[in-house]
Amino acid sequence: MVNLFEKLNLHSYRLRKFKNKFFYILCLICVIIAIVPLLSILFEVIVRGAPAINLQFLTGKGLRGGIGPAIQGTMILIGLTGAIGIPIGVLTGVYLAEYGTNKYASWIRSINNILTGFPSIIVGITAYSLIVVGLIGGFSPIAGAVALSFILIPIVARTTEESLKLVSNSVREASMALGIHRWRTIISVVLPSAKGGLITGILLGVARIAGETAPILLTIMGSSFFFGGFNESMDALPLRIFINSQLHTQAAQTQAWGAALVLILIVLTLNIGVRLASRGRYHNKVTR
Amino acid sequence: MIKLTGDNIFKVLVAVIAASAIVILLLNTYVLITGSANVFATSGFGFISGRNWNFDIPSFGVLPAILGTLITSGIALLVGVPLSLGIAIFIVEMAPRAIRVPFSYLVEMLAAVPSVIYGLWGMLVLRFWVLDYIETPLNTHLGWFPLFSGTPTGYGFLTAGLILAIMIIPTVASVSREVISAVPNSIREAAYGIGATKWEVIRHWVLSYGRSGIFGAIILGLGRAIGETMAVTMVIGNASGASGMPVSLFQTGQTLPSLIAGGFFDSQTALLSSAYIGAGLVLLAISLLINVAAHVMMTRVLKVKGGAVE
Amino acid sequence: MDNIKIQSVNLNAWFGTKQALKDINLSIKANAITAIIGPSGCGKSTFIRTLNRMHELTPTAKMSGQILLDSQNIYDPIVDPVMIRRRVGMVFQKPNPFPTMSIYDNVAAGLKLTGARKDKNLDEVVKYSLQQATLWDEVKDDLKKPGTSISGGQQQRLCIARAIALQPEVILMDEPTSALDPIASAKIERLVVELKKNYTVAIVTHNMQQASRVSDYTAFMYLGNLIEFGSTKDIFESPKNQLTERYITGEFG
Repeated sequence: MVNLFEKLNLHSYRLRKFKNKFFYILCLICVIIAIVPLLSILFEVIVRGAPAINLQFLTGKGLRGGIGPAIQGTMILIGLTGAIGIPIGVLTGVYLAEYGTNKYASWIRSINNILTGFPSIIVGITAYSLIVVGLIGGFSPIAGAVALSFILIPIVARTTEESLKLVSNSVREASMALGIHRWRTIISVVLPSAKGGLITGILLGVARIAGETAPILLTIMGSSFFFGGFNESMDALPLRIFINSQLHTQAAQTQAWGAALVLILIVLTLNIGVRLASRGRYHNKVTR
Repeated sequence: MIKLTGDNIFKVLVAVIAASAIVILLLNTYVLITGSANVFATSGFGFISGRNWNFDIPSFGVLPAILGTLITSGIALLVGVPLSLGIAIFIVEMAPRAIRVPFSYLVEMLAAVPSVIYGLWGMLVLRFWVLDYIETPLNTHLGWFPLFSGTPTGYGFLTAGLILAIMIIPTVASVSREVISAVPNSIREAAYGIGATKWEVIRHWVLSYGRSGIFGAIILGLGRAIGETMAVTMVIGNASGASGMPVSLFQTGQTLPSLIAGGFFDSQTALLSSAYIGAGLVLLAISLLINVAAHVMMTRVLKVKGGAVE
Repeated sequence: MDNIKIQSVNLNAWFGTKQALKDINLSIKANAITAIIGPSGCGKSTFIRTLNRMHELTPTAKMSGQILLDSQNIYDPIVDPVMIRRRVGMVFQKPNPFPTMSIYDNVAAGLKLTGARKDKNLDEVVKYSLQQATLWDEVKDDLKKPGTSISGGQQQRLCIARAIALQPEVILMDEPTSALDPIASAKIERLVVELKKNYTVAIVTHNMQQASRVSDYTAFMYLGNLIEFGSTKDIFESPKNQLTERYITGEFG
């Protein structure tokens, strides 16, 4: 018997050891390869974008002026989209978390998952057809906001559901034991207890839509002027970057990098802020 | 009969609002179907199999764009998936605890970068890396091989695929990370207990236990790659019609989203605009198919897991 | 002295800042069964997990001191834990057969790592190991079924077969019957007694009857300290330490 066991010990122990080391290094290299583009993007955006930035750049308009209209447009889009998307998203999340044990809710959940993976250009086509061509008859900030809210709603709904589910049931029971109605309990007890998670989800969603380009390309088109009404075309930061990137002049590209720096600052501030605010929970997720 | 209490009214109200998801899905589908009716009526199945994009004849076909979408997404998976798995494995199984969190931070920051900035970086930075270090050498030495033929410019399928590879990393890596973290520790311990090395534990036990979850992660990444618009539009070169039929990796071309984003506003005629919307419908169909597959996959994984742990 | 198989010398262990083992000096004799008893949290599981370097797999775990296996310190920097774990096998509290593998592959997994292919030799070893674990007759027609398809007690014997297949010198058992019903437990106990013919066995248990039934030597631990160690007969019939006496008479636990 002993003989038999010895015969089976064929594999070189050193080969196994080498493989172990080899794949450790390989995985480490994967991490490094992924971080290189990130660092390169941040580096280029800062180095090429920073020199462009001054007060006139942030407030002026036109290729020689600045990206004032784009910043204003992005703010308007965030405001409008938030106004449409956040209430709908949050209330959808409330339904899924508080009443979502039935078949209907699991359908909504599945569809939300599908919408989160939706190609963003599609919502652009839809808003274009319905609003730009149909309702308003011209490019419109409203069409842009509608398209973006199609993206925002499923994100907010999902994070709302997740954070409401983290609220312990004893909180709900304590409130209902006082004779408070369920709907009042949800609005005045459950939602406030989940405030941190809600804000995290909303900020992440806003960060996402602030950088979306394809849907607004088809709906607000871009403009060199400041906001001129809800039936006029409008500018936005991602759009300005795209449009300028297609103009092969030095001035246009410098302005594109400057706009990229402003956009990335907005988006990363939102993201990092969120990470810091929810550090405890995030930490738990990473470690096992 | 349900009583009209505050609770019931509230419940019905939020249930109705939750239907927004269904409305959004149906609305988008409806608009794309009615919007593209014109081009499908004119071209029929030829819209899928045709190669021209010409409004003088007029003749519209999205085959080059479909192939371009598949090729760029294929490159993205080929390059991005191994990287993502390596990252997920490193973060969960190998990295010292102290650097796990900052590393996953960094990788997730890749998801925060807007796609238009990827595009800008792709046009002005990555393009030259690809041109100088990949395309030119391959073309010089292996130019006789169709895949590497043509005149490299840095614009084209390869650069688009590589940008997509970077962009799907955060998705694939973070889902795989969760899948790997969910592998019960008792399995790792048992494997270590029979004298497996760390890599053997990962390779033979962790990855095999998590393989359907990882497959789901890959499909999610594929979904993201297929729908990505701006970054691709900015680096793929937007060769339209038959000239976008893929032969070489270095050649300029078209994906479904880049076709739409690049040309939608040139649509002076109703038929042309209908053709772009038709391209959107094809994209939607592909994306739905993938999403549903991923969804089915993930739910099956969860069910299997429930049974397999103990 | 010469029949000491594995020995701890001034062994301390921590989880983070919490000290789990305090200066443990314990010798485990070859071809005998040593039981380690004590109330929950006394460090008994931590102790046997230091014996094959499983302890260090827990994040934040630290240790100091020596474990001598045949008088060689297994914590010496030149020693690879992978080699140690092949010599010192382990059976865990909950049966944990590999869920993605068949019964056959569960037993063969360790050998396959070192390059064994499925052939007659391997079939023989799998059969031998399952026989030793008194499981062969129950599963010989189902070797291709998943390792998780059999009952809990059978799964635990499968885990023992999996350890045996590597021909270890020592088998460590961490409360191997705590998740099993009495009948399955009794089978495992009989099996453990059989095992000492070929292997050195250290078994952690919170079941004092089990310790007195199967073991030759017993160590009693409390709050990370080794309180008393001696032959099982002495520990159970005439404990020297009052704490030991109070524990085995069921006064606390």
